[in-house]
Amino acid sequence: MFYFFPVSVTSYELSHLAALEAEAVHVFREVAATFERPVLLFSGGKDSVVMLHAAAKAFWPAPLPFPVLHVDTGHNFDEVLRFRDETVAAFGLRLEVASVQDDLDAGRVVEETGPRASRNRLQTVTLLRAIREGRFDAVFGGARRDEEKARAKERVFSFRDEHGQWDPRAQRPELWNLYNGRHRRGEHIRVFPLSNWTELDIWQYIRDERIALPPLYYAHKRSVVQRDGMLLAATRFLSLLDGETPYEATVRFRTVGDATCTGCVESSATTPSEVVAEVAATRVTERGATRADDRISEAGMEDRKREGYF
Amino acid sequence: MQLLRIATAGSVDDGKSTLIGRLLFDSKAIFTDQLAAVERASRDRGEDYPDLALLTDGLRAEREQGITIDVAHRYFATPRRKFIIADTPGHLQYTRNMVTGASTADLALVLVDARKGVLEQSRRHAFLASLLGIGHLVVCVNKMDLVGWSQERFDEIREDFRRFAMKLDVADLTFVPVSALHGDNVVHRSASMPWYEGTSLLHQLEEVHVASDRNLIDARFPVQYVIRRSDFRGYAGTIAGGVFKPGDEVVALPSGFTSKVRAVWGPGGSPLSEAFTGQAVAVELADDLDLGRGAMLCRPGNRAESAREVDALVCWFSERAALTPGATYAVRHTTTETRGTVERLEYRLDVTTLHRDETAESLRLNDIGRIRLRTRAPLLFDPYRRNRATGGFLLVDEHTGDTVAAGMITGAPVSPVVWHTAAVRREDRPTRGATVWLTGLSASGKSSVAVELERRLVAAGRPAYLLDGDNLRHGLNAGLGFSPEDRAENVRRVAEVARLFADAGVVAIASLISPYSEDRARARAAHDGLPFVEVFVDTPLEVCEARDPKGMYAKARAGEITGFTGIDAPYERPASPDLVLRPGDGDPAAMAAAIQALLDDLG
Repeated sequence: MFYFFPVSVTSYELSHLAALEAEAVHVFREVAATFERPVLLFSGGKDSVVMLHAAAKAFWPAPLPFPVLHVDTGHNFDEVLRFRDETVAAFGLRLEVASVQDDLDAGRVVEETGPRASRNRLQTVTLLRAIREGRFDAVFGGARRDEEKARAKERVFSFRDEHGQWDPRAQRPELWNLYNGRHRRGEHIRVFPLSNWTELDIWQYIRDERIALPPLYYAHKRSVVQRDGMLLAATRFLSLLDGETPYEATVRFRTVGDATCTGCVESSATTPSEVVAEVAATRVTERGATRADDRISEAGMEDRKREGYF
Repeated sequence: MQLLRIATAGSVDDGKSTLIGRLLFDSKAIFTDQLAAVERASRDRGEDYPDLALLTDGLRAEREQGITIDVAHRYFATPRRKFIIADTPGHLQYTRNMVTGASTADLALVLVDARKGVLEQSRRHAFLASLLGIGHLVVCVNKMDLVGWSQERFDEIREDFRRFAMKLDVADLTFVPVSALHGDNVVHRSASMPWYEGTSLLHQLEEVHVASDRNLIDARFPVQYVIRRSDFRGYAGTIAGGVFKPGDEVVALPSGFTSKVRAVWGPGGSPLSEAFTGQAVAVELADDLDLGRGAMLCRPGNRAESAREVDALVCWFSERAALTPGATYAVRHTTTETRGTVERLEYRLDVTTLHRDETAESLRLNDIGRIRLRTRAPLLFDPYRRNRATGGFLLVDEHTGDTVAAGMITGAPVSPVVWHTAAVRREDRPTRGATVWLTGLSASGKSSVAVELERRLVAAGRPAYLLDGDNLRHGLNAGLGFSPEDRAENVRRVAEVARLFADAGVVAIASLISPYSEDRARARAAHDGLPFVEVFVDTPLEVCEARDPKGMYAKARAGEITGFTGIDAPYERPASPDLVLRPGDGDPAAMAAAIQALLDDLG
């Protein structure tokens, strides 16, 4: 099930991917050794798949010593949910699903209205509720520092107070490979094992390790609409605006999130190698090209992170 | 492809963010949408060129105030290497973030504004980089466009910086004149500075040789986590030093049990023929040692030091509290957590002048100082200079959970801390050693007796060696004076050396005034289990003064020398010596024979 990096025996040099993997494995083991109830956020998106794969490698030959959690907006692509369930079965994982719909039904959050409505921001409430109810003390996320400016400031072990909030001005210094996971009951630590990976690293790893992904990540034909300079998938979740007509295009997704705000790009890449070549040559960031939620304001991510977002 | 980690440091206005922006922009690591956002934001501010600093200043407060608050990580790659930049804030208030960003760096970039020259802040950052063990320092003299691309100015700054850096531990120091704003010498060679013969900054980053910076000598494997599965027990962790391979003899600390490496597994179960520093592995041993987190595997002939007391340099991070002697913190070191109490604050270091303030009573935010730390459980460590992974630690406030300090161990107070038990026992040696300690006034005749004793013992086939107090003051004890403290130290050293000779099977003959009974008692105590013969050469003061072979008594009487035993410094007569020799007991040969007889009685 795992494929191995060739390690050159003479120079004692690790390739950059092997070094990044070693860093992630160290973090998984550190958490398993020092926390009581870790959980790994798993959406079926490529970063969480890579994170799960590295976590499984960290504990070989034993099974993963913690469950996985999916925060379900109810607006997921069907292919991604299918892939999620297949992966959970293949790895023999315990999956917990926290659904935004439950919070809507209970009146804890209110659905946005209008053609640009999204459940993206509502996820935060559901995530924090799931952490509270599961009494999780460490929550692994697949966030990477290269994704966005505010994330570039993130620690590997990121302290969250009892309201799940992040205070960027009071982050704990983090040195060497020593991590401070101290917290009180009700507080928790977000842990980002892939902090130092770039989009290209993720794809090279997927290629080298032959990691399966939802088919959305490779070129396929689908019905799309153009909006705000992005291509959005015409799904049952998307309300069309005046003048928008769906048309068919050959596209792939660079990120897979809420179907209402995740865009795709025109592409003919059908294998990991072809995607690696495309990513290496692209001149637009993955979130910039495909995430309407990051365009809200110059500090959109920072604000959502403070509230407790992924 | 190799990964290079870079830490950047510079003062607030040195243009650090702009330099990184330029590095990313010219090496095409900046995406069009990021650039568009920067151009938009720059226009909004009424600037007439894209402010590349906006690429790296990600927090709202940073953009509003035009400063960098926290470490930001940037990523870019060239066909030769992949780079991770820890971009750290320049101003004093956030020095702790510089320390954070620099802890894992292979190379530090220090920025200097060509107009301002080497400021306190540049010195501070250069010092921090060397303190954290970064072997390569590249000084970018920026804003060369504002000093007319002047070679004289560049040379002046280079010399100024070199003079300061001589006091630091930097193996590799280079200088590049750049203009981050215009891009000169950042990625491409500058046409404006034909006098500069070096390569561009990016070229240097691609070429710098860092492979040999790692410690591949001392095998260290702190057990982080134990993986169990039916009959599999793997000790999981990240190799902190050296190389491990199947078949290697290992010792587990602190227990001291030995075993052999049965197998080394990479992540996911790749069988490794050897594994080295930085690899995350699982090690299986041939024997069932039942180790847990916090144990450390080493080679039997090369072990980490173990001590409950260590000396360390610390950088203090907390705004809320100061470090004060007597305070207790949680100590995070390798894979262990224990509690540690600050025994002493030795000094606070002024990182600009490197002056040590020994009167300091506490360390405050961003202070650096040397402490002695006493821990509840022994730390298994190497000095930080030798190994970052086993020499670095954190102090955590147990009440707030804050990381309040980073520490770098310099060593244990008494070194070596590990007492190596030799394979050869005293009774295995061909001869029996002992120490003969001759004490008495100056010119009492100690030396003559000692010389005679050495000659007689050697002639009789018994190894002997003379340790003459006056002679030792030329070498071993050079620099010690005649104050009570110095005399005590003089006696302590001679006693230690005598003990080694005695332990080796030699009769050590120590001849020195040693006027204080407390010092002589300590010398005897140091000889734990070895014969120690105290001989008091009891020659009256007036006899000694009449002899006065070196004219010392005359000088002391005339006040030309002070602190002379018997004149203006005391001689404490031994209360119960093993042997007393008086002038009436015969010549030095007869006296030596008496001592020899005593030694023979001891066996």
